[in-house]
Amino acid sequence: MDANAAAGAPAARSWIGQSIPRVEDKALLSGRGRFIDDLGVRPGTLHAAILRSPHAHANIVSTDVDAAKLARGVIAVLTGQDIKALTASLVVGVKAPVECWPIAVGRVRYAGEPVAVVVAESRYLAEDAIDLIEVEYEALPPVIDPIRAMDADSALLHDGFPNNIASDRSFKYGEPDQIFAEAERIIGISIRYPRNSCTPIETYGVVAEYDPGEQAFDVLANFQGPFSIHAVLSRALKVPGNRLRLRTPPDSGGSFGVKQGVFPYIVLIAAAARATGRPVKWIEDRLEHLTASVSATNRATTLRAAVTDDGRILALDWDQVEDCGAHLRAPEPATLYRMHGNLTGAYDIAHVAVRNRVVVTNKTPTGLNRGFGGPQVYFALERLVHRIAVELKRDPVDVISCNLVPAGAFPYRTATGALLDSGDYPTAVARAVSEGGLAELKARREKVRAEGGIYGIGYTAVVEPSVSNMGYITTVMTPAERRKAGPKSGAQATATVSIDPVGSVSVQVASIPQGQGHRTVLAQVVADVLGLTPTDIRVNAEIDTAKDAWSIASGNYASRFAPAVAGTTKIAAERLAGKLARVAAAGLNTESDDIVFAGGFVLSKRNPDNKAPFSRIAALSHWSPGALADDVGQTIRETAFWTPSELSPPDDHDHINSSLCYGFIFDFCGIEVDRVTLQPRIDCYVTMHDCGTILHPAMVDGQVRGGFAQAVGAALYEEYAYAPDGSFLAGTFADYLLPTVAEVPEPLILHMQSASPFTPLGSKGVGEGNCMSTPVCIANAVADALGIADVELPLVPARLAEVLRGAEAAAPSSRSATRPGERKLSGEGSAMVAATPQQVWSMLLDATTLSAVIPGCNAVKKISDTDFKADVTVRVGPVKSNYRARVTLIDLDHPNGVTLIGTADGALGFGAGKGRITLAPVAGEGTSVHYRYEAEIGGKIASIGGRLLDGAARVIIGQFFIALARQTARSATGGDRSIWTKLRGWLGGRR
Amino acid sequence: MTRMSAEQRHRVRFILNGEPVDRMCEPRVLLTDFIRHEIGATGTHVGCEHGVCGACTVEIDGWPARACLTLALQIDGCKVRTVEGLTGKQGRLGVLQSAFRRNHALQCGFCTAGILISLDILLARDPRADEAEIREVLTGHLCRCTGYAPIVKAALEAAAALRGDTNREAIDA
Amino acid sequence: MKPAAFDYVRAESLDEALEVLRHEGSDARVIAGGQSLMPMLNMRLSKPRVLVDIMRLEELRKVEPRQGRIVIGAAVRQAELLEWPSLARELTLLSLALPWTGHVQTRSRGTICGSVAHADPSAELPLTLLALDGEIILRSARRQRRVAARDFFRGVMATDRNDDELIEMVELPTTNGKRCAFREVARRHGDFAIVACAAVETDRGARLAIGGVADTPVAREFDRLGGSALDDALNALAWDLDARDDFHATARYRRDLVRMIGRDLIAEVTR
Ligand code: FES
Ligand code: FES
Repeated sequence: MDANAAAGAPAARSWIGQSIPRVEDKALLSGRGRFIDDLGVRPGTLHAAILRSPHAHANIVSTDVDAAKLARGVIAVLTGQDIKALTASLVVGVKAPVECWPIAVGRVRYAGEPVAVVVAESRYLAEDAIDLIEVEYEALPPVIDPIRAMDADSALLHDGFPNNIASDRSFKYGEPDQIFAEAERIIGISIRYPRNSCTPIETYGVVAEYDPGEQAFDVLANFQGPFSIHAVLSRALKVPGNRLRLRTPPDSGGSFGVKQGVFPYIVLIAAAARATGRPVKWIEDRLEHLTASVSATNRATTLRAAVTDDGRILALDWDQVEDCGAHLRAPEPATLYRMHGNLTGAYDIAHVAVRNRVVVTNKTPTGLNRGFGGPQVYFALERLVHRIAVELKRDPVDVISCNLVPAGAFPYRTATGALLDSGDYPTAVARAVSEGGLAELKARREKVRAEGGIYGIGYTAVVEPSVSNMGYITTVMTPAERRKAGPKSGAQATATVSIDPVGSVSVQVASIPQGQGHRTVLAQVVADVLGLTPTDIRVNAEIDTAKDAWSIASGNYASRFAPAVAGTTKIAAERLAGKLARVAAAGLNTESDDIVFAGGFVLSKRNPDNKAPFSRIAALSHWSPGALADDVGQTIRETAFWTPSELSPPDDHDHINSSLCYGFIFDFCGIEVDRVTLQPRIDCYVTMHDCGTILHPAMVDGQVRGGFAQAVGAALYEEYAYAPDGSFLAGTFADYLLPTVAEVPEPLILHMQSASPFTPLGSKGVGEGNCMSTPVCIANAVADALGIADVELPLVPARLAEVLRGAEAAAPSSRSATRPGERKLSGEGSAMVAATPQQVWSMLLDATTLSAVIPGCNAVKKISDTDFKADVTVRVGPVKSNYRARVTLIDLDHPNGVTLIGTADGALGFGAGKGRITLAPVAGEGTSVHYRYEAEIGGKIASIGGRLLDGAARVIIGQFFIALARQTARSATGGDRSIWTKLRGWLGGRR
Repeated sequence: MTRMSAEQRHRVRFILNGEPVDRMCEPRVLLTDFIRHEIGATGTHVGCEHGVCGACTVEIDGWPARACLTLALQIDGCKVRTVEGLTGKQGRLGVLQSAFRRNHALQCGFCTAGILISLDILLARDPRADEAEIREVLTGHLCRCTGYAPIVKAALEAAAALRGDTNREAIDA
Repeated sequence: MKPAAFDYVRAESLDEALEVLRHEGSDARVIAGGQSLMPMLNMRLSKPRVLVDIMRLEELRKVEPRQGRIVIGAAVRQAELLEWPSLARELTLLSLALPWTGHVQTRSRGTICGSVAHADPSAELPLTLLALDGEIILRSARRQRRVAARDFFRGVMATDRNDDELIEMVELPTTNGKRCAFREVARRHGDFAIVACAAVETDRGARLAIGGVADTPVAREFDRLGGSALDDALNALAWDLDARDDFHATARYRRDLVRMIGRDLIAEVTR
C-alpha cells in the first residue's frame, strides 16, 4: 500500500520536495565531522608511506631496502615481491593473460607507481625511511600517446595486450553503411579529450588490520563503491568474502567517483597489516593523489555524421580510442561503455556504427570520475553538432532541435539499446531559450563584437544517464563470450528501516555519501511515509560489509542515490507502514486501509480522533510480539531490495540499456575572450535540467553548481599533463589548477520535472550532468568567438595565441629563433680559462678534478678512462638532493673537444643529459671553453617543480663551469684572482 | 641560545580556542598534525600540505594562516583559534555557521573549517566587508563540492546580520 | 608529505642567528614566515640540518623611513606592511603589487624579505624591489653589506647571498608621487605569474620590470619613446628575456604579454 497517498492531503505534510536544512551540517560546521583521518586508531597502529617510481616505464633492476629497514621506528619495508607473495593479482576488466598488482612487480609502468611500502611508528619516520631506499632502474621507452601506443614499433606494456590494445570491438546498429553511402553530406570531427580528475579535497585513507587466528581482514577506507569491488578485494587478499570486513567512515570529504580508486591501496595496506601483524594506517598525501591516485580516461575520437542538407543527422560513426593508463583496473574499461546505450545523445538517430578500442599507456590507471564517459562522448558529439551548424550555416539551436527525440516518444528505445525513460526535450529547449534570455545574449554578442571584442555563444544538449546497469560493462565482450560467462545485469539497491523499543525510527543504507546529504533526504522520505518529521528519523549511510545489507551495486556512484536508494528506502518504509497499519487497525478497532500516519500519530481516516501515538504502535513488536497478528510477523526491521526490470543484460546484437534513467540537460553560455590575455571568461551560463521528480531542490541545485564548477575547471584549467618522457607535470595544486571562487560564475539553473516511470519516487540522477554538458558548451562558445574548428581542452590561453595572432613580431636580427616546446633543457655558453687546452683536457679526464668541479660532488670513482661514477649533492636555493651519477666520455678529440653523457638518480627524480665541450686556445689568455648541453629531468622534481626546472638546471650547469674554470685557473696559474672574478660575474653564478 | 634538537620533543605553549595548551613536540611537526593528532582538534583538515587548498586555515594571533605551512613550535606563545572555537556552548552555531547551514554552503564539509575561519576573521574585523572583499578572501580556498556561490551568499548574509541589517535572532535560529 | 628532521633555533638575537649560519653554512636555513620554505620542507625538496627562526627578533620587525628611503626589516610580514598607513604614498608600487602576492592567508605570515631571499623568478616582491631600484642589506657574523637588487638576483632561486648571510632588511627609495603601475597575468588569481610587469616613472621616461619570464626579474629603462621605436624596444626586451615554454604558457605567449602589457604600463606612467 502507499501509506503516503492514503494519508490524505499529502501536500500539506510532504517533506519531500522541501529544501530543509541538512542533518549533516551541524557537526560539519563545528569541527565534529568524522572523516577517516579524524577517527583515531587502535593503540599500536603503524603508519605507511609509499615509495613511488620516478620513471614512467622502467625495469626494476634492484631494490636495496637494508638502510631503510634499520631506520628509526621502521617495522617493515615491503617491495613488490613481498606483496605478491601475500596477495593475488587484481582481476583485469577484459579476458587477457595480464596481471595487475597494486605495486610494481619487476617493472614500473607509470610515474608514481608504488615501488615499496615502509611501515613505521609514524608517518614522519616512514617517510624518512623511504628516502633511504635505493632502487636501480633500467629505463624503457615510454608509451604516452594512445594512438601511437598502437603502432607496431611502440614498446609493449603488457605481453598479454598485443599492440597495447586491451580490447577492440566494432558494433553496427541499423544500417549505417548504407546511410553513409547515400548521405547528402558527411561531416566529421576528430577530438582529443584530455586527462583530468574531479580531485576531492580529502585524499584516500585506509586503516587495515589482520587477524591471523581467523584469517580475516578488517578494513576501514573512504571507499565509495561500487561493492562489486569487494569481490575483487577479497580475491586479491586470498580470503573468502566473509573474511574481508570493509567499513567506511561516517564522513567522506568528497569523492566524485575518485574514491573508488582507493581499492588497490586497500590491498596494499591490508597486505602490509598482514605482514606486520599490526594495524596499519595510510593517508594519501596530495602529491600522491595528483600523481598516482586515479584519473578519468583521455580519449581520441573520430566521429562522423551522415547529415541531410537541412541538418538532420541520420547516422553516426564513432571511432573511440580509450586510454586507460598503465593497468586495466576494475571496472575499466567501463568508462568507455557506460554511455554505450546513449551514444546518440538526446537525438533521434537510428543508425550507428561504433569502433571501440581500449589501449594501455604509461600513465596512471583510470577509474571512476564524475561524468564517467559522458565528458568524453559529449565533447565529440556536441562539437560535431556545432560543426554541422557552422558548415550548414544554420543556428545551432535549430540543428539541435530538429534532431531531438520528439516529445511524445517516451519511453524511447535508442539505436544502441537505451530505454530513455521520460522527458520533453523540445519543451525544455524552448523554455531555456526564453527563460534563459538567449535573445538578449545574442544581442550582447553583437554589441561586444561591434566594439571590437571577442565573444561567442555555445550550446549543448545531452542526456544524463543514472543508475548503471551492472551488466553494461559486459558489452565489451562478444555475445559468445557473454554466453560463456553468464549474464550480468541489474542494479540491486537495499535499504533497511528499523524501529527500536521506544518506537524511534532508524534507517540504514549502503549509499556512502560524500557530501550529498543522503541522510537528510532519506529522513524526508521516511518521515513522509510514517507521518513523522525528519528530525524523528536517524539515518546511517555508512557501510559495514559484515553486518549490513548490501549488494555489488551498493555505493555512491552513477548518480544512483535519488532514483535507486531513496526509492528503495521508501519501499522499505512502506512495507513497515503496511504492517504497522495492521497492528494499529487491531488496536484502533478499524480496518488497516482506514489507517493513516500523520503528525506522529497513527489514526483512523474516518475518525481522526481515534488515534494512537506512532511510537506506541511502533514499539509493540518489541514489548509484546505475541499481540501482533501472525501474518504481520515483526515490525522491528524491514529490509527492502530493489532492482529495476528494465536493466537486462546486453542482447545478442549488443543492444544495452546501460542505465535506468536518463535526465535531460540543455545548456548555453556566452564567453568573452580577453584581447590581451586571451583568457576566456564565462559571461553568462544557463543550464536547464530535467532530472525527474526533485526530492530536495537546494541539494539538486548544489549538485548542479558543484558539477558545473568542476566542469569549468576541466574546460579552462585542469589537466593531468604528461611530458613526452612520461613525467607527470601536474603534481601540486599550483600546477593542477582547481577553479577558485574567482573563476566560477554562478549559472542560471532552470528545471523541468518529467517523473521517471521506472523509479519509486520518479526521480533521476542529477549530479553528473554538467560534467558532461559544460566542457563542450564552453568549447563551442570559444569556437564561436574565435571562429575556429579545432578546440583543445583545457583552453589554455597561451595555446590560442598561435591560432589567433598569426606570426609573431620577429626577433631583432641578433637573436636566434625560439626553441621547440619540449621539456628538454638545453643551453650553451662559454668561459675563458687561464690554462692551455692540454691542461684543461687532462683535468676533464681526471677523477679528482671532476670531483672538484662537479657541483656538490662528494666522490668520483673512475671505472675506466672514460667512465666515472659520482655521488653528487645538487643544490639550488633551498633545494638540495643527493644523486648517484654516471658520466661517460665519448667522441674524444684530444685536446679539442669531448662529449659527456650522464645520468643521475636520486630521491627527487632522475636526469639524463649530454654535453659537448670544445676547447680552443686564445692567444695570451688561455683557453676558451665552450659548452652546449641538452638534458631531461623527470620524476618527483618534474611533477612538483616543473615551472622552475629549466632555470634550476641552468644554475647547476653554470656552477659546473664556474668550478671548472676556477679549478683549472688554480692548478694552471696558482689561482688567478682576476680571471676568476671575471668569470664569476660573467657566468652569473655564486661562489 | 637554545637549539632544539631534531629528535627530542620540546615544550610548546599557546592558547587554543581560549584554553591554554602545554605540550611537547618535535621541531618538524606541522601545526596541522599537532592540533589534529596530538590535541585531538580534528575539525581543521588537511587537503594539500603545500599551502594552496586552504582546508587547514586557522587563526593565529588574529590572522588567517595555513597550519600546514606552520611548525607547531612556531606558535609558542600565540593565540590560535580553530573551527572548534566558533561554536558556542551546547553546540550552538554562530551567525556565520548558521548562514552556511541555511544556504547549503557546504556539501562534504571537508573544506569548510578553513573557509569559516577566514570569513570569521574578515567579518570580525569589518562586518561592512562587501562581496568583492569576501570573494578576495575566498580565493585562498578550494572547495570541490559547492561551486562557491552558496558560500558567498552565506557570507553576505552573515555580514548583514552582524551589521544588524537583519534580525540577528532570526538568523541565529 | 612530512618534513625531514631538523634542529630548530628560535633566535633571541640577531647575533645568535648569525652564529648558527656561520657554523652551519648551507645546512642551515632561515625561516621567517615560512610561506616559501615550508612547502619545500614538506615536499622534502629542502632538508636543512637546522632551521633558524628569526621572527622573534624585534629589531627586524620595523618599517621605517630613512633619508628618503624606506627600510623594511626581515621579520615584517606582508600583511603588516599592507596595513602600514603610508604604504600607498611612500611605496606606491609595492602597495599595488602586494595584493598579488599569494593570498590573505599566506600574506599573514609571509615576509617581504623571505620572498626576496627565495628569489622565485615569478614572485612579485623581487620584481618590485628591482623596479624600484631597491637594495638588499645582508648580514653575516663578520659584516653587513648592501647589494643592489639588480646584482642580487642571479638565477632561479639563486642570489648573491652567501651561506653565512641572512637578509637583514631591504631598502627602497620612496616613490614619492612618481607614477607606478603593476599588472600580472596568471592562470588563476594568486597563482605564480606567467608574466608580471611593474613600471615606475623616471626622470627620463619609465623603468619597466618584468617577472615570470627570465630566470630573474629584469628591468629596463625606457626613455621617452613613442610609436614604432617603443614597439621595437619592447620587442627587443621581450626577446632578450629568453622566454621558455612550460605547461602553463608558451614562450611566444609570454613575449606577447611583455609587448602588450609593457606598452600599456609605460603609457600609464608616462602619460
Ligand atoms: S592543507 Fe594547508 S593549504 Fe592545503
Ligand atoms: S564542501 Fe566539499 S570541498 Fe567544500
